[in-house]
Amino acid sequence: MYAFDYQRPAALSEAASLLGADPEAKILAGGQTLLPTLKQRLAQPTMLVDLGRLPGLSAIEKTAEGVAIGALVKHVAVATSDVVRQVIPALADLAGMIGDPAVRNRGTIGGSLANDDPTADYPAAVLALNATVVTDRRSIAAGDYFQGLFTTALEEGEIIVRVDFPQVERAGYAKFPNPASRYAMAGVFVAKTAAEVRVAVTGAGQSGVFLWEEAGDVLSSDFAPAAIASLQLDPADLMSDLHGNAEYRAQLVKAMAKRAVAQALA
Amino acid sequence: MNESIVTPIGAAVRRKEDQRFITGKGRYTDDMNRPGQAFAYFLRSPHAHAHIRAIDASAARAMPGVVAILTGADLAQDKIGDLICGWMITSKDGTPMRMGSHPALAKDKVRYVGDHVAVVIADTLDAAKDAAAAIAVDYEVLPAVADLGTADAGAQIHDCAPRNVAFEWELGDRATTDAAFAQAAHVTKIDIVNNRLAPNAMEPRAAIGEYDPGDEAFTLWTTSQNPHVARLVLSAFVGIAPEHKLRVIAPDVGGGFGSKIFIYAEETVCAWASKRVGRPVKWTADRSEAFLSDAHGRDHVSHAELATDAAGKILGLKVHTRANLGAYMSTFSSCVPTYLYATLLSGQYAIPAIHCEVDAIYTTTAPVDAYRGAGRPEATFLVERIVDKAARELGLDPAEFRRRNFITTFPHQTPVIMNYDAGDYAASLDLALEMADYKGFPARRAEAEARGKLRGIGLSNYIEACGIAPSAAVGSLGAGVGLWESAEVRVNPTGNVEVLTGSHSHGQGHETTFAQLVSARLGIPIDQVSVVHGDTDKVQFGMGTYGSRSGAVGMSAIVKALDKVEAKAKKIAAHILEAAEGDIEFKDGKFTVAGTDRALAFAEVALNAYVAHKFPTSEIEPGLKEGAFYDPTNFTFPAGCHICEVEVDPETGVTQIVNFTAVDDFGIVINPMIVEGQVHGGIAQGVGQALLEGVTYDADGQLVTGSYMDYTMPRADDLPSFRLGLTQTRCPSNPLGIKGCGEAGAIGAPPAVINALADALGTQDVPMPATPAKVWALAKTRAVRQAAE
Repeated sequence: MYAFDYQRPAALSEAASLLGADPEAKILAGGQTLLPTLKQRLAQPTMLVDLGRLPGLSAIEKTAEGVAIGALVKHVAVATSDVVRQVIPALADLAGMIGDPAVRNRGTIGGSLANDDPTADYPAAVLALNATVVTDRRSIAAGDYFQGLFTTALEEGEIIVRVDFPQVERAGYAKFPNPASRYAMAGVFVAKTAAEVRVAVTGAGQSGVFLWEEAGDVLSSDFAPAAIASLQLDPADLMSDLHGNAEYRAQLVKAMAKRAVAQALA
Repeated sequence: MNESIVTPIGAAVRRKEDQRFITGKGRYTDDMNRPGQAFAYFLRSPHAHAHIRAIDASAARAMPGVVAILTGADLAQDKIGDLICGWMITSKDGTPMRMGSHPALAKDKVRYVGDHVAVVIADTLDAAKDAAAAIAVDYEVLPAVADLGTADAGAQIHDCAPRNVAFEWELGDRATTDAAFAQAAHVTKIDIVNNRLAPNAMEPRAAIGEYDPGDEAFTLWTTSQNPHVARLVLSAFVGIAPEHKLRVIAPDVGGGFGSKIFIYAEETVCAWASKRVGRPVKWTADRSEAFLSDAHGRDHVSHAELATDAAGKILGLKVHTRANLGAYMSTFSSCVPTYLYATLLSGQYAIPAIHCEVDAIYTTTAPVDAYRGAGRPEATFLVERIVDKAARELGLDPAEFRRRNFITTFPHQTPVIMNYDAGDYAASLDLALEMADYKGFPARRAEAEARGKLRGIGLSNYIEACGIAPSAAVGSLGAGVGLWESAEVRVNPTGNVEVLTGSHSHGQGHETTFAQLVSARLGIPIDQVSVVHGDTDKVQFGMGTYGSRSGAVGMSAIVKALDKVEAKAKKIAAHILEAAEGDIEFKDGKFTVAGTDRALAFAEVALNAYVAHKFPTSEIEPGLKEGAFYDPTNFTFPAGCHICEVEVDPETGVTQIVNFTAVDDFGIVINPMIVEGQVHGGIAQGVGQALLEGVTYDADGQLVTGSYMDYTMPRADDLPSFRLGLTQTRCPSNPLGIKGCGEAGAIGAPPAVINALADALGTQDVPMPATPAKVWALAKTRAVRQAAE
């Protein structure tokens, strides 16, 4: 680990001004990606701005539209929240599948979304549920937020405050974990509203999370696992690596989509 | 903590050492800190193969906190010798193996990614890392030789080894084997890849070197399975210090699986550099370094053919194996794919003729050496795969084909050196078939098929040679050392006992099992016995722990020393009890005059031995302390039957192990709980090899599986609850009748798993590791094949 300065601001505005004053400063939330990266000397920030003591970022609240989850809410809190389980049970299921107990007790939803790892779980839920990422500057629709591998609409120094998830009729998440890392090799979140079905895929795409629109269209008219059986996801835009080529990932996406629908119907 | 009870052999005594380990009170090398210590960081090669034109460390040397930066030139200046391989193999043309120079710090060339270019010694590890980044190395990059199959045609890695061949060796008789094949009614052929594995001990390697200028002596704390062998090699070959001026301490060691047998560059440099810089020098590997530089295991490519007659009896076996040595010959790398491999190719079967050729090849990858099983898993995998394939080609049930070919009389001389002393292979097979409900499998398969799942069942009848070994025998095969073991039993005046052993425990539970043996033999409570190991200043000499040898050889040495203790104590008791020595009986911790109630407790005799008032010291020396060296008369031959049942999800390629049965014959068992633990861990590693683990280098020789993000370790949820059984034939080759249990799981499991997958998928071409992606592709092919039929 390289040396760095450490600040733990007490107010959001103070955090913003620390970040504004130093373009090489990094935000520390749960640290589940950042700290291993620092330990391996793969990053050399001048300063860590620890958001851990900021007030008002750690609540889960039922809203008129659904549920609002503060940026510093840990995965374990989402997984075990009565509110989340009541409003969007699939989201609680997803949080319970992230990493391992140590990660779930430290990692935060804001940190996960700001990092936008292409194999992380939360992006699939945010995109499928058409959630809104609220920052200290603005609200960003899910469709605009994710912009590629580890790339989001966040500007320099912009801080996620919470995520607003709308309630849907039905939702389900199924994940095929990478055998080694247990990140998603294919994670599919299916969300059904009166108007449409959105199918978001994480872990498989070359450019990060994406909507599988063809599956959404088919499921809109027939919300059943069998409806996807005849679909074939084009492997051209999917990842190939040691653990499986794009063709295999296409198969996994389809299999997980079926299971996610079954989950949503359960 | 143990109760204060006498522990009989065969009792499931709880591990004495666990209290220490699970409460964080263990003392591992990295827990040690020496006054004034500096930290070593190794600058490692980023290239698989390169000439070093120049190293410029001038800027780095000037950085804050830097104590020294040392390179191969400094090693040469101090006349420090190369690391060695301690087992000489002779090629079939009569030439000795071609051992490439292996300096602890590269001299003019690097040969794998992670090879040691320089060491930075600094006040802190961070300062050492900062300075390492400032060292300018001018590399002339050479072509990598990462692929075993084409290494002959690749760039030459060592000047002494044209075609990158270290040796081309054979065992068995080609002519009789060819003659057997000429009589065959059927020949089964198979191509097998035995995947490369990273050892992944929980504790990474570590070392602290310290030089005392007053005594002119070194102390080296290091993560070793065999500290005395480390001292011998570092003294006699590397030239760090004379043997009596080098103390090697291997304190608590957190797992080894073979990888901590070897003498590596890092501990060599820490010891040597401590004198040069005048401060203790500490190094602890991080997990990335472990992946890069721990000696890997396995990595064979083989072609085998099995000849059978019309009655389904095996006539002969031919094997050609290419074994990857990596970039250098590690300490015991040469014996692993030769005498620890080809000698087991008869398996549990009466095979009249065997011929095996092994080509050992250098590549620009990390060195390959012994890893849990070391050669024997490779042999068992090959034999059990080809036997399974042959059974299916002959239309025989795999269990029946095996049974038809079992060795049934002992001793049995195989055509490949080994002389099996005892076993009952049908007994293990029968029990395993029953425990696995083999008969009920067709119904379970049909039920799975109705759920859209593919079920398969696979057998593996493994055998291994453990308890290595008669010293003269291994000497005749090229070993540079004898493979006996030592023990010393020190009885204190108050009757408690310290046992000094040349074995080394790094997870095996010796502190319990060895104490249990002493408790049972002397009739004293187990908490009155402590086991001392791992320090060359305490234990005079020993050969260490590997190859499941510590029960059969290490404990036999303790038995010999206990025999001597008892004999001397009887003499002393006879004087005190005023009886003839021949009338003294020792039982349940008491010396009794036969036929009387006159008796002395063991502790009373111990006290008298030191007080020395009541016996003539002109005839009997005071004290009660005896040592012994035990050299075994043969290897031991643990054997058994593993049966794996799998269920494949054709939609995702996920293999679930639904049942795993292991029936083992380990001979006499001292502590069944510890044995069970060894079997559990072994099976987990075997399943890891079969389904999950595989070291992968890319064409440029870069390590792709350099972290747990890509290298898949077995986890608890990958495994079922095992069904374990024991059969027992006493080993006639050591006084306790022990065969050894440490490696059996890792040897037996891989072919059982792969045979089960072959059964489920209807193809014999199932690669390891059989990852979900590969299994899915095979399941898809099966579906296409079935649709066509």
